[in-house]
Amino acid sequence: MQAYVTLVRRELGSSFLSWTGYVVVGAVVFLLGMCFVNLLAALNNTDTEQPLLEMFYSTYYFWLILLLATPVITMRSFALEKSSGTFETLMTTPVSDKQVVFAKFTGALIFYTLMWLPLAACIFIVRRFSNDPSALDPGAMLSTALGILLLGALYVSLGCFASSLTRNQIIAAMLSFVLGISLFLMSFLSYAFAGDNSILARIFAHVSLIEHMRDFARGVVDTRAVVFYVSLTALFLFLTHRAIESRRWKS
Amino acid sequence: MIEVVNLTKRYAGHTAVTGLTFSVQRGELVGLLGPNGAGKTTIMRILSCFMPATSGSARVAGFDVFTEADEVRRRIGYMPENNPLHKDMRVRDYLKFRARLKGLSRTRSRERTDIVMQQCALTDVSKRMIGQLSKGYQQRVGLADALVHDPELIILDEPTIGLDPNQIRTVRQLIKDLGGNHTLLISTHILPEVEMTCNRVLIIHEGRILADDSPKNLQKVMSDGGQIIAEIAAPADELRACWELVPEIEHYDVAPSDGDYFRCSLTPRAGADLRAQIFSIVCERNWKLRELTHSRHSLEDIFVRVTRADREEEA
Repeated sequence: MQAYVTLVRRELGSSFLSWTGYVVVGAVVFLLGMCFVNLLAALNNTDTEQPLLEMFYSTYYFWLILLLATPVITMRSFALEKSSGTFETLMTTPVSDKQVVFAKFTGALIFYTLMWLPLAACIFIVRRFSNDPSALDPGAMLSTALGILLLGALYVSLGCFASSLTRNQIIAAMLSFVLGISLFLMSFLSYAFAGDNSILARIFAHVSLIEHMRDFARGVVDTRAVVFYVSLTALFLFLTHRAIESRRWKS
Repeated sequence: MIEVVNLTKRYAGHTAVTGLTFSVQRGELVGLLGPNGAGKTTIMRILSCFMPATSGSARVAGFDVFTEADEVRRRIGYMPENNPLHKDMRVRDYLKFRARLKGLSRTRSRERTDIVMQQCALTDVSKRMIGQLSKGYQQRVGLADALVHDPELIILDEPTIGLDPNQIRTVRQLIKDLGGNHTLLISTHILPEVEMTCNRVLIIHEGRILADDSPKNLQKVMSDGGQIIAEIAAPADELRACWELVPEIEHYDVAPSDGDYFRCSLTPRAGADLRAQIFSIVCERNWKLRELTHSRHSLEDIFVRVTRADREEEA
């Protein structure tokens, strides 16, 4: 436990000791700001029945942030340690492989959560200055936060896995970007099969990230979606653990 | 302290270590000597539980490196080749981080950090970023990291590589000072280093142990082939006739040097020291002597000889 906490602190510290952390936060603030301004401009012109947060999800800004930021956050986790050789000093301390994997994952996930904090500022501004309090329902906001967290956990675990496969950060980032965007694009397959009642259509409906997010933004916490995210996250963490452990396999 | 039996490590395509067997007692200062690619790093990585051996067993302080890796890791301080460090951390923070990672309590890690910083003369730079330090300092940070949890066994892979002569001297002195209380295993391909710091040498070549002895003994064993070199001004035939008469000389060679001088290389029979005798001969005959040396084999010669003999055997 002590080693785990020490490692998580180190992970978080290193995010803020290097430029990457600030660049990511800066980019996210910029994109969120753009999104906020665009949405406000649109709302000023036309009425809408949609909840505010759902509108946020349907903009491409949200997905852009998710798909671009997570590979950058996670690319360093294992690849950097491997290329600089510190992986060897880390793995010869009395720390288990599991602890290392979980610590890297937790550190990245905490950073990911911090990265979304500017969104809270946007919400605060809307609440403070709009005269319609129903625009932002607390329940829906909580489920939205849960959605962001679950989706983030999945993408961060995927990024950790990509990073554990290589010693090159660029390859790690590209790999997790490709895997992540493929996962995201599966959502559109469900639209392609819409109205169809075949097995494929039902399978793709279950893996549609966009549909899941719409539910979360509306305040619907669908257990099927929660199970989907938690189990996929667990799968990628398991694969990461295997990849780290593989050096100790006897040939 | 270390018990290695029949250790073999095969990578895809080639074998790095073949049937290695050796043991190290508590308190010994052992040097692993071998050319690059001999398998030194592989041995150290196996002992530090970074990766397992293909077959055979290795035990450190009685614990198996594969099945009881955590116990072993707690007891060793390992500094890998090229001394990887988190360059973005400050010296003190890094050492504290490493101490916590190795399971020391908060107060104990603070104490030990202060102790090892003093030991490695890092107190002045404790707040500096590691990446900004000179290589010598960085090496000492690596050493301090290996020492911070007060391990029983310290494994250092090429600890002086890439340092300037002054830095090498300080690091060597540090290693020597450690020798009293810890068991040390050092790898190097620099021979004088072993001669200076270690009390036992394992010469490794192509994954096998070719020699295992103290540096002094190795020299003694090899010095049977040592020679006496004398430069004497005298007529060549007289010199030859003279060496014929001395029974302790097994073989001699007289070669002209500059001026009147001749360079005589004399091979004594086992154990004999000819120097005093040569001096009295020269005095008796009123020759002039300008050099008289016993050319002792350095570890370098031994190393070259041992590794070359091995290659010839194979051929």
